[in-house]
Amino acid sequence: MTLVDTIRFPTTFTGVRWSRVGRRWISPLLLLALWEIGARTGVIPTRVLAAPSAVAATFWGMAASGELTTNLLVSGARVAAGLLIGVLVGSLLALTAGLSKVGEDAVDPPIQMLRTLPVLALSPLFIVWFGIDETPKVALIALAVTFPIYLNLFNGIRAVDPKLVEAARSFGLRGWSLIRQVILPGALPSFLLGLRFALAVAVLVLVVAEQINAQAGLGYLINNARDFMRTDIIVVCLVIYALLGLGADGLVRAIESRTLAWRPTFLKT
Amino acid sequence: MPRPSIRDPSLSAGARAGQAAVRVKNFTRRFGDNAVLDGLNLQIEQGEFVALLGRSGSGKTTLLRTLAGLDPAGDQDVSVPAARAVVFQEPRLLPWKRVWHNVALGLQGNDARRRAEAALAEVGLAHRSDVWPGTLSGGEAQRAALARALVREPRLLLLDEPFASLDALTRLRMHDLVLNLWGTHAPAVLIVTHDVDEAISLADRVLVLEGGRIAAEEHIDLRRPRDVGASFQSIRRRLLGHLGVEQGGAPPPPRTAQDSPLVTFPVREITP
Repeated sequence: MTLVDTIRFPTTFTGVRWSRVGRRWISPLLLLALWEIGARTGVIPTRVLAAPSAVAATFWGMAASGELTTNLLVSGARVAAGLLIGVLVGSLLALTAGLSKVGEDAVDPPIQMLRTLPVLALSPLFIVWFGIDETPKVALIALAVTFPIYLNLFNGIRAVDPKLVEAARSFGLRGWSLIRQVILPGALPSFLLGLRFALAVAVLVLVVAEQINAQAGLGYLINNARDFMRTDIIVVCLVIYALLGLGADGLVRAIESRTLAWRPTFLKT
Repeated sequence: MPRPSIRDPSLSAGARAGQAAVRVKNFTRRFGDNAVLDGLNLQIEQGEFVALLGRSGSGKTTLLRTLAGLDPAGDQDVSVPAARAVVFQEPRLLPWKRVWHNVALGLQGNDARRRAEAALAEVGLAHRSDVWPGTLSGGEAQRAALARALVREPRLLLLDEPFASLDALTRLRMHDLVLNLWGTHAPAVLIVTHDVDEAISLADRVLVLEGGRIAAEEHIDLRRPRDVGASFQSIRRRLLGHLGVEQGGAPPPPRTAQDSPLVTFPVREITP
């Protein structure tokens, strides 16, 4: 599955000697230097790829003028809205299917059918339905986010240790308090895994959705830059996309270390 | 510290008045065509400590689960106190709740935490009240599970092989702890175990489950704490006999189905 590849798993440098870490920086820096030299000597023409120094200068320029912040906020708002809707819908569906057999029979088959659709292939239909404003962009992200949230949370709910549920029942927990104190915390690790997939796919869909006649946002910047062959701006935007992905991953890790403090992996540290 | 036993008149008063903590009459439980429990009769008096022995698959756990209300009894004649609590073979602590919160699980009222911490202090875990269960050792986790059962002030405490996965030394300490707690709270106790020595050192009465019913019982009149002496040994030999293990002689002849019940010593069938 391609989603798996885009997920960055947490790595820590604790216990690794700094000389080793330092050594690992040598080759990337060397490549960067080669790129710079290639651009300056004209081996790599600017219309193919701008020099790193030019990219950096453009970055500062765009950041200083506020152009970058404005468009980043527009893109960020799209991701946030799509995520919010997708996580809510996905969670509600997963709870419905996870907590009752009837719910599962009602919810699971259509979801399993729909999730085989490549979400991006729906963009023409979404444009017909929702026009070319913000709605189709947010809707695409929301739809793409719904599936990983649903699948992982549903799986997590069903994977809660039945022995723990039985013990909790024997101590008088029923209904909502059983769900809140036992089932949901037990499914939380799976939900957060789903959230990780969701954030990755949200950024991915954002990139494509923003190509739909956007008037603002990172995709708009890239489209404009393409028309003027400004490779420096394109690279700046690519770097921003990468940082978005990195930030999203950091966000989930922060949530995990707060909410999963009881897990043995966190207990050791 | 003197520990009460069923012979203690103050405790057996309820028994004499005929108020059994547990009364099961002619109970049958089937899984498919296989009757795991078949016309079983059982009575446990108030404050009595009973151990249930049996080979694996003999239905020990099924019986305990029925008494705990975890398996349905249907409309059969099973009477148990409403206040009952189980300690399972695994501690079954919720890993995402701190130890005191696990003990307080399902308790009502504002003083739940205080009661939970008092119960933890009783099992010697006051200092571990605020940690995650994942940091507890096996013995500590099982003590927490014991505190979680006791905090409910059960009239019937059900122990399902609770010490099976503990090391020998920890198990001995747990035996002392359980006897102490039993002395203080005086619930009726049913412990399911496959360890004959454990059964003899703890219980007032040891039952052997075989063929879906109580096939044998031994009253243990030894003073606690019980050392392995001559009478201990002879009880042990008899119980092992009931369980089909012959000791210190020629290997037993191959048995056939007609040989039941597996009795080598006078056995009292329990009649209601």
